[in-house]
Amino acid sequence: MKQKKPDNNMELNLNDLLRQYRADPYEYFNVVSPHTGIVTFKVKEGDLVKGPSGKWHQKPGTLLFYLERERNQKPVYATGEGEVCKIDYQFDGKFVEAGQPLISIRHKLSKEEIIDRILTKVLYIFAASQKARYFLAPEIANKIEGLSESSKAIIEVKPGDEIITMSLMKRDTPVIYDGPEGVIYKVYFNSGQMVEENEPLIGVCPPDKLPFVKRVIERIKTEWED
Amino acid sequence: MSNQKEKKQSLNGLNMAEIGKLLKQISDRIEYLADIKGDPNWGGLNDLREEVNELRDHIFDFKEDELCKKLNHLEDRISFLEDRAAKDLTPWQIVNIVRNPQRFTLQDILDNVYDSYTELGGEGECNVDPAIVVARATIHRRVKGKIYSHQVMVIGHEKGRGEEFRNGGCAKPWGNAKALQYMKVAETEGIPIHFFIFTPGSYPIEDYPGAAQQIARNLYAMSKLKVPMVAFISEGGSGGAEAIGLADIRLMASHGYYSVISPEGAAAIEGKIREGQRVPRELIEHCAEQLKLTAKDNLELGTIDRIVQEPPLGARRDDFSFFRRLRYEMIRATDEVVLMTKSLRAFRSYAIKRQSEEGREPPEEFEVFIPWDISTDLEIERLLELRSKKYREISKGYYHEESQGISGKLKKAKEFASKGYYEIRYGLLRPHKRHVQKVLEEVSGEGQVFLRTVTEPVKAAYDFVFPQPKRPQKILKGEGQERGIFVDEWDFWTSPLANEDRTVTCPNAHKYGCLDLWVPDLYGEFCGVCPTCGHHFPLEYQWYLENLFDKGSVQEFNEHICSKNPLGFKGFDERLERDIKKTGRRSAIITFDAKVRGIKLVVAMLFSNFRNGTVGAAEGEKFIRACEKAKITRRPFLAYIHTTGGIRIHEGTLGVIQMPRCTMAVREYIDSGGLYIVVYDNNSYAGPVASFLGCSPYQFAIRSSRIGFAGPRVIRETTGQEVPPDYHSAKNALKRGHIQGIWDRREFRKNLYNALIQMGGPHLYYR
Repeated sequence: MKQKKPDNNMELNLNDLLRQYRADPYEYFNVVSPHTGIVTFKVKEGDLVKGPSGKWHQKPGTLLFYLERERNQKPVYATGEGEVCKIDYQFDGKFVEAGQPLISIRHKLSKEEIIDRILTKVLYIFAASQKARYFLAPEIANKIEGLSESSKAIIEVKPGDEIITMSLMKRDTPVIYDGPEGVIYKVYFNSGQMVEENEPLIGVCPPDKLPFVKRVIERIKTEWED
Repeated sequence: MSNQKEKKQSLNGLNMAEIGKLLKQISDRIEYLADIKGDPNWGGLNDLREEVNELRDHIFDFKEDELCKKLNHLEDRISFLEDRAAKDLTPWQIVNIVRNPQRFTLQDILDNVYDSYTELGGEGECNVDPAIVVARATIHRRVKGKIYSHQVMVIGHEKGRGEEFRNGGCAKPWGNAKALQYMKVAETEGIPIHFFIFTPGSYPIEDYPGAAQQIARNLYAMSKLKVPMVAFISEGGSGGAEAIGLADIRLMASHGYYSVISPEGAAAIEGKIREGQRVPRELIEHCAEQLKLTAKDNLELGTIDRIVQEPPLGARRDDFSFFRRLRYEMIRATDEVVLMTKSLRAFRSYAIKRQSEEGREPPEEFEVFIPWDISTDLEIERLLELRSKKYREISKGYYHEESQGISGKLKKAKEFASKGYYEIRYGLLRPHKRHVQKVLEEVSGEGQVFLRTVTEPVKAAYDFVFPQPKRPQKILKGEGQERGIFVDEWDFWTSPLANEDRTVTCPNAHKYGCLDLWVPDLYGEFCGVCPTCGHHFPLEYQWYLENLFDKGSVQEFNEHICSKNPLGFKGFDERLERDIKKTGRRSAIITFDAKVRGIKLVVAMLFSNFRNGTVGAAEGEKFIRACEKAKITRRPFLAYIHTTGGIRIHEGTLGVIQMPRCTMAVREYIDSGGLYIVVYDNNSYAGPVASFLGCSPYQFAIRSSRIGFAGPRVIRETTGQEVPPDYHSAKNALKRGHIQGIWDRREFRKNLYNALIQMGGPHLYYR
């Protein structure tokens, strides 16, 4: 099993984190020149840009600038959605070195994105070892189905528990949990669903942090404005 | 007129239910007219509509006399409008007639033309593909009071009676496969096939067995199917129509259309309309006119044999007199095909009689009963021969053949002499030589076995006494072994593209981190191939002409056959002229004799610079002649497709007809023992892939090429589905079983040589 281990040394101060997000609810991307060349900007500060779209991301995002080297004009597109917050206009029409920051794009984080970020910092993510169909162990599935939304997170797991069954080519293999002890906070798949390799299966929260995490998430859900 | 009088008289004494029914009929006729004309208020139809509605709403407020008077008046007005509408039907309005939901469909034909039928390969919605209906049917004919029955296989498209699952009559690849399956059943049983074409086009998906591949398979099989086939076209949409259209006689409904592309599709191309934008109606109407898609036009062009007359505004589901005519025409056409194989004289007298009957009401009785079985080998041979001849002749004269003066005559004489030479060499001497060789091999083989039993004990004893050191086997050098990665026997021809001092970016750079490529390197040493990921940049066709074949071996022929504008498509002459000037060539195909490491072969090359490698009458003719040349000279035949954009829309059905024509030529070449190899490069789409290219047993692709039936835009617009960007890639074509391998451009020559040796066998020709 591939696992993401929580940083135990990091003292989580979720209140601080929330305050930070509230003060600056953006994620910043710096677009740098991939190689040397002459830059021609195609956007201006304040423009909204889009990332690649289409089912297969086949349509490129907004054209940010051209970089021309040896008469080869190369378009550089935005890789994510956001607003152009800074452009180094001094480089427009000038030669730049590779790795020169040219454009800064800020992406406003949504409620879900912030919750996801907080959860990935707090939770232990137990991921799929290979592409297969996964089922929750019957007793866990029953518990989850039988519980209300508020009391869901009381299923405890400890290393060595058989919590999930992996089904591949009609062969069922029990998946043994080998992460830290805790409670299942989030199940990322539906029982019987095909899950890709390395995709998360469950998120486990240390029992002592559980009430606090729940409170913070609740606060974000109710207070945060998109 | 007499009918109308009868109707008027009969209006008196109708009950309310019947009057209601009459009003509904009038209302349907109004909507039909509005649909055809594409204008809800054509000729004041709105007033008429209002009157009908008012009459319907207040039907009980009128007295009987008054009601009859009003009905008569309405009847007169709508009849007048119908007469007026029928007088000046434009091609676009004919397309509207064909697409109208009131038009007859295959199910109506099965119910009214045939006496009984059993649907095969599914029923209604529970079907392999509900768009294709196959039925084993019985059709009766009355001769001197006696009834005779015939068994036929009916195969056609169904677009009505369950429109929601019929997919508009667009056959999916497996639907066409079903059609082929039952064609073979008919062949086994020796019963004729009646095809009914009601399709706007094939469903353009590549899922196995693949739209293009299956149409190609169907055409390949139909070209030599040993039973009489008659096709009737109501809506003939390009490749979809051809999938069940290669018949001995092709009939067409007088108000049907048969076209290379839908008028909307042509308009989008002509007007360079962006996806999602609305195509102007005037442009669609203009294209419908230019495409020459009506029955009359097709008859003039010779792409159909006869027209089956419909009522003035097209036949609808309840036009029983039309079904009677259709029944008569189908029987007559099948009779003709059968008689053609029997005796020329009998057929002639029958055909002359049929001509004299044209325009008259079909008779109730037939004069003779003609059994529809073709039993003897001679008859089958004649049937196939006539079919071959028929398709060979179609579209002749719609390309320009330049006179070559004395040199042309000399060439012809040379061709004639070489034909005789090859006939003697391969037709007479080779089989005899092979037979003698076979006998000798058998005799020597048996002799060796006999000798071995006698000499083996002596040899063993000798070896024991005087042991010989074992020598390693010699590796034979020479033919079949490539010394370098590419041609190293002569100076390498470098593309003029290399003469530019700049760099380009590989399209896979974001994926594989390919470095920028300096153009002189890329198009020179690297042969247009990215050294990091192997992406093949397009190269001009001259590169292949110069580097693929032995130096000086390329001998072009039939250059004097040139493309023209046979339909007089507006604005096409200029474009043709421009391409001629640009390329210095006069068609999109080059046919030539060449050698690959000493192996002589005939090559047909479709190239991109001339009308994007599209196929029209001239290209088809040149391809067929190349095929025939390969057949006569017993040489392998290579179709190298630098690029083909499909069938040339500006040549209308004259282009579409190249699909069966060329497939027929390929089939005859392969049947005679030829080795036919197709290699796709860059982009190969539509008609040619769905016929004479797709039917090859050995198809290969150069890396980074794209092969398919319809491009992503057409798929999106037709099916509403998005396709992944690599949907048509050579890799996916290989996965689907469309091609047999992907070749690197730098190893093209080596791979081609290997393919010729491996698939051609010792004689480079199967048999």
